[in-house]
Amino acid sequence: MAKRQSPEIHSDVPPTAVKDPNPAAAGLAINDDDPGDLLGRTVTINAPRQALYEFWRDFRNLPLFMDNIESVQVYDDLRSHWKVKGPAESTVEWDSLVTEDVPGEVIAWASTGDTEVPNSGRIEFRDTSNQRGTQVTVNIVYDPPAGKVGKAIAKLFGREPHIQARRDLRRFKQLMETGEIPSSEPPDAAPRAE
Amino acid sequence: MRALTWQGKHDVRVETVPDPRIVNRRDAIIRITSTAICGSDLHLYDNTIPGMKSGDVLGHEFMGEVVEVGPANKKLKVGQRVVVPFVIACGSCFFCQKQQFAACDNSNPADKSDPSEFAYGYPMAAAFGYSHLTGGYAGGQAEYVRVPYSDVGPIVIPEGIDDDKVLFLSDILPTGWMAALNCDIEPGDVVAVWGCGPVGLFAIQSALLLGAHRVIAIDHHPGRLLLAKSLGAEVLDFEEVKIREALAEMTGGIGPDACIDAVGMESHGMAADNIFDHVKVATFLATDRVHALRQVILATRKGGRISIPGVYGGIADKFPIGALMEKGLQIKSGQTHVQKFMPALLDMILDGKLDTTFLISHRLDLEDAAEGYRNFKEKQNEYTKVVLKPRYTRH
Repeated sequence: MAKRQSPEIHSDVPPTAVKDPNPAAAGLAINDDDPGDLLGRTVTINAPRQALYEFWRDFRNLPLFMDNIESVQVYDDLRSHWKVKGPAESTVEWDSLVTEDVPGEVIAWASTGDTEVPNSGRIEFRDTSNQRGTQVTVNIVYDPPAGKVGKAIAKLFGREPHIQARRDLRRFKQLMETGEIPSSEPPDAAPRAE
Repeated sequence: MRALTWQGKHDVRVETVPDPRIVNRRDAIIRITSTAICGSDLHLYDNTIPGMKSGDVLGHEFMGEVVEVGPANKKLKVGQRVVVPFVIACGSCFFCQKQQFAACDNSNPADKSDPSEFAYGYPMAAAFGYSHLTGGYAGGQAEYVRVPYSDVGPIVIPEGIDDDKVLFLSDILPTGWMAALNCDIEPGDVVAVWGCGPVGLFAIQSALLLGAHRVIAIDHHPGRLLLAKSLGAEVLDFEEVKIREALAEMTGGIGPDACIDAVGMESHGMAADNIFDHVKVATFLATDRVHALRQVILATRKGGRISIPGVYGGIADKFPIGALMEKGLQIKSGQTHVQKFMPALLDMILDGKLDTTFLISHRLDLEDAAEGYRNFKEKQNEYTKVVLKPRYTRH
């Protein structure tokens, strides 16, 4: 269908809110031939921008609120190694490189080398002009693997990758705003009859 | 510990379950001394709220003694007596800072938030013992309860004040109070209240305290209507009275300035629209029966105000949007921002301006909670409020 709207009309629209999201619009792409799938979300966190940036920038903190990440080993300022839960007790691993780093504002990263799930991401921290804390936008592009193995691997991001991402971001917000991540996990947090 | 557990429609049982523990640093463990069955517990009992799982511990009106406090809670001390709000709120998010505690952005765990985000557009706050849509937390119809963010919700009760006097600060008293506040009562106002259950009765009390000129109460249980009358309301039995005609006549043809729907989705009555709702709900074409709310919208005066404390969970059919718009009505609704209203209401109780103990019709052992549910559901005329007390014989 022909686009009826001028680029000016689309300039206010978050890249993930258009009906056919384009990773390039979020400044992310796996490669030119295969742009991959884009997912993203913005949350407002009632905490200072710099503190949020610093917590995220230390990638070793990510497993605290990202359910699927088992561990992140930091090699140096730019390179790290990510171990992520896969299907049936398996793990998927990749090396990640920081591709952009503006302290207090932006962190972007991308997987390097051969990996089953090429992915890249970008997080932006912006002050709100209406004193509502910091707006945090995460965009992630991943290349869903093809075939049977691919389907299994896609599950490691959660059956619906965007559901996993929004839960992770929600936990990040909970941790940053309240100092803890709420749980109703039985039996200790919420006793129940079996 | 012993706890009242939900097993399915009209099936609740007191079972032995594991004791709760401190999980997060702001948690506290409360030893329950009194807990009540709420009208909204009957929605769970009737299985009209989605997201229940067999084995869930119910109860969101409770108070007790602090027996353990997490290391990050600098406010509560072991041994203090507290009443706990049914809404769980973090105190730190945008909504809590605006004192919209029932909209807390953080209390609902991330893995429980998706259904309410899907159904309502944004994830809802958590509550105790009220389905996995609102967090999946265990409730307080038990011997012990874990209270998350316990440095925000619980209010400390001075020594020497009976449980009965303050227990309803946990839900129904602030809910009735907010229902009346949401009417934006002006001098000379006539306020009509549909439903003389606990919330309706407290809304009557609150409306009069907030300066309503007259309050007219509507129900069909004589016992509940007599309680409303004793609080100062004029009363109408909808089984014998044409409600809209009565309200118009009693207000000289103007209509009530503000109306409160303290009925919610369990609306009774055999009017044509309600029978239609029954069929729709029974065939899963709709979830909520809104007979009372339709009557509220038609009865309210032009330019009047509507307050909806009654619980709705889903989608209504045949909603009179034309009457709402053409008459220029305002509607305020929502779960109660309990934490916001507790301190002032506690002061009013301590000052003797508010007495809520008249409501309690039955005091039962927690072990007999299932009987309490059955009677609260089936004998609404006699059972206005059931308070449960744990026995602790197994400790």
